[in-house]
Amino acid sequence: MSKFPDHKGKATLDGKLVPLEEFRAECKRHGRSLEDGERAAEAQRLVSVGGDGVEVEGPFERVLVFGGVYSNHYGLSAVLEAAERHRADAIYCLGDLGGFGPKPEKVWPLLTAAGVRCIQGNYEQSLATGHEDCNCGYTDPRDNHFAELSYNYTARNCSDEFKAWMGGLPERRRVRVGDRELLLVHGSPRQVNEFLFHTTTPVPFLEVLLEQERCDAMLCTHTGLHWHRRLPSGRDAINVGVIGRPANDGTTDVRYALLEAGGNGGLRVELPALRYDHEALAAEMRAESLPEEFVETILTGWWTTCLEILPAKERATSKF
Amino acid sequence: MSNLQQAEIPAVELRSLDTLWFQVSGTLCNLACSHCLVSASPTNRTHEHLSLSKVEGYLDEAVRLGVREFYFTGGEPFLNPEMEAILERTLELGPATVLTNGLLLNTERCARLKQMSDRSDYSLDLRVSIDGYDSASNDPIRGEGSFVRILKGIGNLAAAGLNPVITVTEVCSEVASAKGRERFFEVLREHGLEKPRLKILPVFKIGAESERGGDYADWQRLKPEDALDGRWDHLQCSSSRMVTASGVWVCPILINVPGGRMGERIADTLGDYPLAHQACWTCHVEGATCRT
Repeated sequence: MSKFPDHKGKATLDGKLVPLEEFRAECKRHGRSLEDGERAAEAQRLVSVGGDGVEVEGPFERVLVFGGVYSNHYGLSAVLEAAERHRADAIYCLGDLGGFGPKPEKVWPLLTAAGVRCIQGNYEQSLATGHEDCNCGYTDPRDNHFAELSYNYTARNCSDEFKAWMGGLPERRRVRVGDRELLLVHGSPRQVNEFLFHTTTPVPFLEVLLEQERCDAMLCTHTGLHWHRRLPSGRDAINVGVIGRPANDGTTDVRYALLEAGGNGGLRVELPALRYDHEALAAEMRAESLPEEFVETILTGWWTTCLEILPAKERATSKF
Repeated sequence: MSNLQQAEIPAVELRSLDTLWFQVSGTLCNLACSHCLVSASPTNRTHEHLSLSKVEGYLDEAVRLGVREFYFTGGEPFLNPEMEAILERTLELGPATVLTNGLLLNTERCARLKQMSDRSDYSLDLRVSIDGYDSASNDPIRGEGSFVRILKGIGNLAAAGLNPVITVTEVCSEVASAKGRERFFEVLREHGLEKPRLKILPVFKIGAESERGGDYADWQRLKPEDALDGRWDHLQCSSSRMVTASGVWVCPILINVPGGRMGERIADTLGDYPLAHQACWTCHVEGATCRT
């Protein structure tokens, strides 16, 4: 090992120590310094995006939106009952029908019978294309281990017909509720497996994103944790959470979103908690020999996997 | 370099500015680690501290571009006397991560950081670097006595209720195995981290590390056909930029390479960047990102 160089008054340039002034002068020769007008044009170019040409559905007075079914057909039945109770004009599902839970094919007839309008999650994309993994976007080896277990189980237990149906679902939808135009996506408008958590999805990012997408509200899922931000511009960013497993809060309830046309052209947003027969789900998971770690989450409301992807604040309130 | 070779250098497009980095304490550090990719040390003033007012100018610019998150590194960020004020201002706008060596994390500072975190809507992450699970493995790289001081800082964070991400470079070969990782977790649990978080970083053969581990071989450089489906979206330079006291650079790794400088303001740097440096090869091959 060579001795660490003393940089007093010096910088390393091309492997040699040179006077600092020489290094800084060399740096000044690189990079651009644009005029103000050019800078504004560059900034505008970066944030501009064309329209997506997706037809707008509706208008509706009240819609119910959920995501992340994760093969939880008990949770799905409960949310469909809730839709009737709320007299929702339309029901939307933001994808990730499989994974985690038992007997994935069971959710299909429930969705079609209730006329649920679905979009693809990363799970549907992977299953429909025969991809080798769920493309959930985890980075930790333990998280990936459990993701692989549930993906392989789900892939084995879905018929080719169900997978083909998943492949035909759209990637995004646009819905009018009252005067507001809602954009429905799985992860984010940019990427199917982007994680939009509450404490890492800031206002400046959302304002630009929703402006680019020319929508009044953006609804997503994928992270498993629900939140709602009303932006200074009056737009809404909503993660509807998931109905497949609890929200890592120590309760066994799951979450969905209810959106209603409000007074003065606004949007009323609720993210209600939903009871369902979680004990029956746990029993069925055990009968299918799914990991006990998953069953524990269903019975306690605390996540035991997918923890490494959580931001600092979400991890701090987590049990594990 | 011949024209033919120049034509073969691929260029990466910035698709959005998701991550803005600040070389907040420049290349000044209270350690001089043998694998430091920017050769930071107590005497290295290649890049100076960034002031709060300078940081604020770049924050304003980044907000208009729809930035998602902020990262602070050095050197050692807490050597910058304005670091806490900078962090407080940043946390009003978005989530922030500070890459620190842990040596300046005394009880009082940790308590202030916790308050700052609690006041913000956004996540504050502290990332503490360590290079082994004992003095014998860590200290030859990070400096005599550093292991004990780093763990003291980690313990202070834990006691304040902050859960840092611990980063280990692949210089520490043990982290490659599940057993090695588990041993790390045990050491961290012993020091008060109930839910230890670990990030493994590849090493770049530049800066002090090229002295320690050797230079790149000539073939280790990117070609246009290396792009994935014709795109370079997997590289962090497709979604981030680095601010130093001497301008805006393409990434945190190339700040000591004059060609890494892209402009004065962020708006000057929104164009393509040629992936000519051999460190670009490491990012591509290792799937490396400096983000958590």
